[in-house]
Amino acid sequence: MLAQTDAATMDVSENSDDIILSVNNVEVVFNEVILVLRGLNLKAKRGNITALLGTNGAGKSTSLKAITNLLAMEDGEVTRGSIEYEGEDATHLGPETLVRKGIFLVMEGRGILQDMTVTENLRLGAYSRSNANIKAEIEQIYSYFPRLKERTGLAGYLSGGEQQMLAIGRAMMAKPKLILMDEPSMGLSPLLVKEVFSIIQRLNKELGISILLVEQNAKMALKIADEAYIMENGKIVLDGTAKELMENEDVKEFYLGGGGERRSFKNLKSFKRRKRWL
Amino acid sequence: MNSELLLQLLLNGIIVGMLYGVVAMCFVLIYKSTQVVNFAQGEFLVLGGWVCLSLVIQMGLPFFLAFLFTLVFMAIFGIVVQQIILRPLIGEPIISVIMVTIGLSIFMQSLMNWVFGNDAKRFPDIFGSLSVISIGGLNVETAYVMSLVLSLVIMAVFYFFFRFTRHGLAMRATAFNQQIAQSLGISVKQTFAMAWAISALVSGVAGVVMGIVSAVSNSLAFVGIKVFPAVIVGGLDSIVGAVVGGLIIGVLENLAEFIDGEYLHIGNLYTIAPFYVLIIILMIKPYGLFGTKDIERI
Repeated sequence: MLAQTDAATMDVSENSDDIILSVNNVEVVFNEVILVLRGLNLKAKRGNITALLGTNGAGKSTSLKAITNLLAMEDGEVTRGSIEYEGEDATHLGPETLVRKGIFLVMEGRGILQDMTVTENLRLGAYSRSNANIKAEIEQIYSYFPRLKERTGLAGYLSGGEQQMLAIGRAMMAKPKLILMDEPSMGLSPLLVKEVFSIIQRLNKELGISILLVEQNAKMALKIADEAYIMENGKIVLDGTAKELMENEDVKEFYLGGGGERRSFKNLKSFKRRKRWL
Repeated sequence: MNSELLLQLLLNGIIVGMLYGVVAMCFVLIYKSTQVVNFAQGEFLVLGGWVCLSLVIQMGLPFFLAFLFTLVFMAIFGIVVQQIILRPLIGEPIISVIMVTIGLSIFMQSLMNWVFGNDAKRFPDIFGSLSVISIGGLNVETAYVMSLVLSLVIMAVFYFFFRFTRHGLAMRATAFNQQIAQSLGISVKQTFAMAWAISALVSGVAGVVMGIVSAVSNSLAFVGIKVFPAVIVGGLDSIVGAVVGGLIIGVLENLAEFIDGEYLHIGNLYTIAPFYVLIIILMIKPYGLFGTKDIERI
């Protein structure tokens, strides 16, 4: 098992052109005292779906906000480490710049502007592109999500699933290279979760958008992901290809709900393992 | 009962009320997008009036040029105030921010007293604004009609701006949730600056209009205080509410004048009536007619 994970890691680090996002040893502190991320390392390959899994409070959402530099509003700050996007340092670029460069975050709870209409939400997705041909592009989004076209009222009155689709459609309007998704399955029925995940897959396959997917629903996420990282207590404890992780006994037990008797994380070799970066 | 006087006063009320509505919109714009209660809104208005007037009288510029220059000046002024005075206060308690805008209001009052003098000054009669036209048997000065038209134009522009333009939508998004706005690539700082610029600019226009209708004087800053009841009646964060509130206050003022003049003979009911309404509204509808209800648990 260990050897397998190592091989996967080697793969990732070999060809740096393939890596669209690389988070190196990032530490995030809130209110100057609360340490939330303790040296996060992950790499997302271009054209792949990378999943970031973990339980509540592991720091998944914080990681995404650190990447998109949205922490200032919550009094958080990256105090150590670096974030590289397309081979360039992006640790201290403002959120507007990052969106213009092609990183787009679909926030947890969808981040819909509820007192605006569906069309207005979609238009704002293209805010960073002043030369956008909005009308045609919105039609294109509607061809992906025909259900949205019929909704003329405020976005706040949409159902949860429709709001999630609107959030994804809005992300598409920004024409990003990399979409960060924060728990797209949150609060959705199993059938809708399936639909949303198949849309994410389509974005990846048809439009070639790289995706970093944060999820609690590990089973679904591993099904569509190429690589995955498992996070606990502000750092990565396990990584590998999605296939490897799905077959991993520990992952099965803790995240996929299978396995026999309960064990503690501490006794697991793979969870103790930590990569060295210097 | 003198019904002709009543009608005349009601018409006055509507015209003045629209102007209140415009200033109230400026106030709400700043409050909604930056959560700052701007007590210096009235002074913004007077400043606009003074700048335009001095350009016309002292520099001898033609009115339209002076007016354009005033617009530019006010927009820059709004941005400068935001950058220098209010940006450092982002995240500070609301009471400090309020103290600062009250301070700004006093500072501007004194400065304008010093620079432009204490007397009321009239615009030269450019449009024949003192001539009277008759609407349905009521005599109305042209200046009033122009002010009504201009108020309506400003409101239409506001509506168009917030409904259809990229920056207008961005401002609404920022008002709704700053983090979401940022995640869409909207610069919150830029949006704040824009809110102040637009607010100062439109207040300046209102100042010029008031200057033409009556005269420019430092006491015009009372409009900034009148706008309060208007804004509270409408609900602090509703642009439509601001317009409706402005109209209500304008009409009410004039009704109070009518009742006072005809029956009560107290005198000065005109100025205080809006504030009684303010108190009553706060008692029965604390969030105004159109405001968002915030439930705060302590």
